[in-house]
Formats: sequence, C-alpha cells, structure tokens
Amino acid sequence: MAVAPTDLTLTAAPARRGRMAAYVRRHPTIIVGVGLLALMVAMAIFAPYLGTVDPQALAPAKRLKWPSAEYLFGTDMFGRDVYSRTIYGARVSLAVGISVALLAVGLGMAIGLVSGFNRWVDAVVMRVMDGLMSIPAILIAIALMALNRASLQNVIFAITVAEVPRVTRLVRGVVLTLREQPYVEAAIASGTVSIKILWRHIVPNTMAPVLVQGTFIAASAMITEAILSFIGAGTPPTIPSWGNIMAEGRSVFQLAYYIVLFPGIMLSVTVLAINLLGDGLRDALDPRLARRL
Amino acid sequence: MLAYIVRRILATIPVMVVVAIFVFALLHLSPGDPAAIIAGDSATDADIARIHAQLGLDRPFYVQFVEWVWGLLHGDLGISIFTNLPVLKLIGQRVEPTIALTVSTLIVSVLVAIPLGILAAWKAGTWIDRVVMVFAVFGFSVPVFVLAYVLIYIFSIATKLLPVQGYVAPSDGLQPFLSHLVMPSIALGFVYIALIARITRASMLDVLAQDYIRTAQAKGLPNETVLIRHALRNAAVPIVTIIGIGVALLIGGVVVTETVFAIPGLGRLTVDAILRRDYPIIQGVILIFSAIYVLINLLVDLSYAVLDPRIRY
Repeated sequence: MAVAPTDLTLTAAPARRGRMAAYVRRHPTIIVGVGLLALMVAMAIFAPYLGTVDPQALAPAKRLKWPSAEYLFGTDMFGRDVYSRTIYGARVSLAVGISVALLAVGLGMAIGLVSGFNRWVDAVVMRVMDGLMSIPAILIAIALMALNRASLQNVIFAITVAEVPRVTRLVRGVVLTLREQPYVEAAIASGTVSIKILWRHIVPNTMAPVLVQGTFIAASAMITEAILSFIGAGTPPTIPSWGNIMAEGRSVFQLAYYIVLFPGIMLSVTVLAINLLGDGLRDALDPRLARRL
Repeated sequence: MLAYIVRRILATIPVMVVVAIFVFALLHLSPGDPAAIIAGDSATDADIARIHAQLGLDRPFYVQFVEWVWGLLHGDLGISIFTNLPVLKLIGQRVEPTIALTVSTLIVSVLVAIPLGILAAWKAGTWIDRVVMVFAVFGFSVPVFVLAYVLIYIFSIATKLLPVQGYVAPSDGLQPFLSHLVMPSIALGFVYIALIARITRASMLDVLAQDYIRTAQAKGLPNETVLIRHALRNAAVPIVTIIGIGVALLIGGVVVTETVFAIPGLGRLTVDAILRRDYPIIQGVILIFSAIYVLINLLVDLSYAVLDPRIRY
C-alpha cells in the first residue's frame, strides 16, 4: 500500500484535534482550572503594568476610602491602595504554592524512593514520617516559624517540611507495589543495577500520582501561607501577601470589610483553580484513584 | 482481637516519641540562636542569657532531653517564658472553649456530611449529585478565615442574627453558649464536611454496585433500609477513617477560627505565644494536639473491628 507522506499528515492532524476536543469534553475541569490559573499567573507577572501604584505607599489623608473609580478595591487604614496590594499579593501566594509543591515533591520522591527500596532505611524513615504526619501541618509550620525570622524563604521552608511526609508515603507505597511486579523482578534477576531500575522502571510510574499530589500540595501550601500570615507567623508585613492584607483588615472589618473581601476572593479563586486542575489531572491520569473519589 | 488492641496501642508509643523528639529538636536545629530570636530584636544580652538558662540551652543536649522527657512523663510541659506560669496550667485554662468548638463542629459536620454523601451516591449522575460535588470542591478551596468573614458579614453585620465574636461558657447560659458557637462551627467545619461527604459518596458508590444491594432492592425493601442498613454499614470503614484523619484539619483550623471569632481557646493561646515568641507554650500545644490526634486515630482503628466483623486481626 503506497500512501504519500503528505496524506498521512493531512489525516493525522484532524484526528489529533478530534482527540484533543474529546479530551477537553471529558475533562472540562482541567481547562477551567488551567484558564483561571493562567489568569492569576499573568496577573502576578504583569502586576506593575495593571494600573497599580506602589503597594506600600502610605497616604494617611486617604485612609479607608471605599472602592471607587479611583481606588478600585478602596484603601486600607494607612491609605494604601488595596487593589495594588492584592495584585502584588498574587506573587507571594503563587511563589509559595509553586516552590513548596516543587520542593516537597522533589524531597518526598527522593526519600520515598530510597525508603521503598531499602528495608533498613524504610524502617527508620517511616517511623519518622508517621510521627511528623501526626502533627497537623499548620502546627509544624507554626513551630518552625516561631523559631526563625519572618521571611518568604522561611515560610516556604516551613510549609515544605510539613508537606514532605505525605509525598514520601505516596511514593513509597507506589515503589512497594512496583517492586513486586514481574518486570521489576526480571530486571533485578538479570542483574540491573538498583539505580537504573529506579530510574527506568520505578520513577516513570510514580509520576502520575505525584503530579496529582503536587497540585494539591500547591493549593494547601497557599492556604497555609495565608493562615500563617493571617496569625502573624508568616510573610513579613513589608511584603503584601493575601494573608497579610486580610490580617491588617481584621481590625477594621466592621468599617471596611472590602479590605478582607478582595484578597479573600483572590485566594479562594486561585485555590479553586488549582483544585480543579488537580481533580481533572487525577481523573485523567489515575483512573484507579478517580473511581474511589 | 485483644492482641491486636494491645499491639495497636503499643504502636502509638514510637509515634509520640518522634513527635516529642521533633518539637524538642527544633529548638536546637534551628539556625542561629533560638534564644536571641525568642528574645526579639530589642533584647539585651542579659535577656538572652536568661532565656538561655530558662530553656536549658546552657546545658549539654542529652541532659536537656532526658530532663525534658522526665518532666513530660510527670505532666510537666515546662514554664512559659512570657508569663512564667507552668505551660500545663495555661493550657488547662484554655481547654474548654476549644473542646466546645471542636466537638460541636465534629457533630455538625458528621450530621451534614454523611447524609449529603449518601444522597449524592444514591442520586449519582443527577443534578443533586453534581451540586454536592461542586460544593465539595468549593469546600476545599475557600480558606476557613475567608468563609468566617463572609459569615460574620451576613449573620452579624448585615442581619444582626448572631453575635460577631466571643465565647460564653455553657455554665453562663446554654442559649448564648450555642449562639456564639454557630458561626465558628460552620466556618471550621466547611472543609471537613466537604471531605467527609466526598468519601461517603465514593464509599457508598462502591457498595451500591454490589449484588446484595440489588437483591435487597429486588425483594422489595424500602430505600431507607437498603441505604442505611445494607449500604451505609458496609461503607462505614473508609468514612470513619477519613473522620479520624480529618481531625488534623480541624486542629489546624481551630487556630484560625479562634483568632477570627476571638475565642479564648488553645488556638488563641498558640497565636499569642507566636506573637510573644513563647516557644514552651507552642511546644506544649503541639504535643497535646498531636496526642489527641493520635488517640482519635487509635480509636478509629479499634472501631474497625466493631464496624466490619469481616475484619479479623
């Protein structure tokens, strides 16, 4: 059968587009999540060009102005522009969410892989992880923040420590089941070195659940950052973050609830976007888990 | 069975040891001098030296640890740096509001979430199911303090139906006690309800697909009997498990909820301790909360045998 290469490309393109469309139809939440998230990321990156002023600029004469054409989201009790502060606040939240997700996944994977492959390490590591998992994540972060100076790096570090055990558990679980698979046993029997087995046979199979877990970690890290800032144990007050803005608006809530409202909506929408993305990814990548939830 | 119970109880010991080592080691592993950070930027050298001595940082590591654990085993959680009072006493003064808040949240959440989950599973695929699932996604996404402020605005500022904040002990009147707990419980319970409803739905869907459910329906049993007696009982283990695990969410949320609603409980104690850098209190609160969490999950594990007689150990 002689088929010209050009024909192949012509028929392949619509087929791929059809698959794409079917995929979107089946997982609409991924698209909604990605769309909202892209909007937030764009907002964070282009914050200086979105009609914002210096988010820290004080203007005591213009305190507590209600939202208007001049001040879209109003001003706070120091006369700072809540709109600018909220837009810039996206930077902190997203930076924390993304960094914690990457760090926790990286560390958790490394520990989980070693732990799943070495019984001695496993016995020790899993006891430690069980202990850490019995401390509610926010309390771990609080304890770490109480002993360190308030800074964005320390917030990221503290939340990462609290999230690592979950990833470790997940990866270890996957490794333990994979280790018993015939193809892995075959690789061991034929004398493949451990590191190669891990890299070629184990790691690729952990990617899907870890990716899903990573999105949920990003969402929970953003909420934890806001909570830490809200109770005064998070991002220093010199950096506007959604948690900080809400914490400062707390004392004047009855006079000017909009100070709490706008960053609250932003935070909720961003976390919702990530959760939708995570739910969609789980349905698409991990059908076994998807059926259970 | 008895052997299982004993084994399971013994298994909590290493967990609590790790928790204790963690909160203790933090003080020593943190970069820089923790005493200097606790004392604050305006502290004099004498202040720092005093905190050093108070935390026992001037003695060898192992001596400190042994003394600290010895104290713990005798119910001594140390002395607060700021108030100079025993931490256990400070915690004791704040326990009641936190218990009231968490227990009321737990009751409300379970009573709302399980029927929601059952309903969603029974009506799977319909708009009722979809509404419940959308609610669950929102529950995971709206942080507790954002929801708390929305509730305060609607029920206190706009309609004046409920008190804005504060706590009234049950001994000072049941009605004010309850009216002060309504909003905090809803705010705190929201994510917990979402979590339990979701697992209830999933677990019920698994069970409802079983043959014996079809048999029960075929022999003409009313829907309530099939759902409650036949399905829910067999779907109970994952639900009870998530109720136990979810307590961690409640404990984390308590810190925030008590701050928003000005409830003088353990969460508020923790936040005040953070602002004053009173580490012994934070240490004590973490130990107590973790012990409660471990205990609840121990009870959950033990309940499996009662809930599902098929489980044998």
